[in-house]
Amino acid sequence: MNPELVGREFPPTAPYLVGREKVREFARAVLATDPQHTDPDAARALGYADIVAPPTFAMVVQDLTLQQLLAEPGSGIVLERTVHAEQRFRYTRPIVAGDELTGRLRVTGIRPFGKGAMVTSEAEITDAADAHVVTATSVLLIGGEDQ
Amino acid sequence: MTALEVGAVVAERSVHLTRESLVRYAGASGDFNPIHYRDDVAARVGLPGVLAHGMLTMGLAVETLVPWLGDAGRIVEYGVRFTRPVVVDAGAGADVAVVAKVGAVDDDTARIDLTVTAGGTTVLGKAQVRVRLDG
Repeated sequence: MNPELVGREFPPTAPYLVGREKVREFARAVLATDPQHTDPDAARALGYADIVAPPTFAMVVQDLTLQQLLAEPGSGIVLERTVHAEQRFRYTRPIVAGDELTGRLRVTGIRPFGKGAMVTSEAEITDAADAHVVTATSVLLIGGEDQ
Repeated sequence: MTALEVGAVVAERSVHLTRESLVRYAGASGDFNPIHYRDDVAARVGLPGVLAHGMLTMGLAVETLVPWLGDAGRIVEYGVRFTRPVVVDAGAGADVAVVAKVGAVDDDTARIDLTVTAGGTTVLGKAQVRVRLDG
């Protein structure tokens, strides 16, 4: 794991358009039962423009930012030796179908852990108006290559 | 959502995960790490078996709470530690149980603590959801 990645800010990801059917697909995948995630009328009754994504849908955009980290030459990260240790979301508002979201990743900490490293990163997710939607913080345990 | 009592159970459910659940989550989320669907890769990296995505467990846990909340927009913060893996057997799958209890209450928000277990073992640590109590 390259310690020089600490403090690195990656460029904003290309805008991600949140599709209604994608939200429905994700809602089904996390065994969501509430109609606000699938029925536009139920979401509108709550004051939203379209269906409301499950809280952890933010991971879809966060994952686009983490791909940047994985693709970093010399990062020393191998996907199948990566374990998710912690995850946190801080929301200004829920993600709604129709949102166009951009993620900006910052690596906030790397510390040695066994043969590998614990990597903390923060993805700030904003909408088309550049307003804050959610900040996603991950701690990944990156295993060493020779385990 | 008034008069919340600390310790009260506000929601609970049990779900059954199969390999199909994991493939479905991989497709929906874009997380195609092979440890979530390939026994050979899971064994090679020293895991006890194919594991559920931590984010699937985290996601299904908080969804237990959403019908009670009425509006997912009440959630201001949600964090977990992935303390134990959920091994999903190719044949038998895995059962995951979620219990949501009031952990603390202040003027505007409540902390809801989620206890998430699989096979009698707690799999998420400090799984806490902070929710707004106002409309």
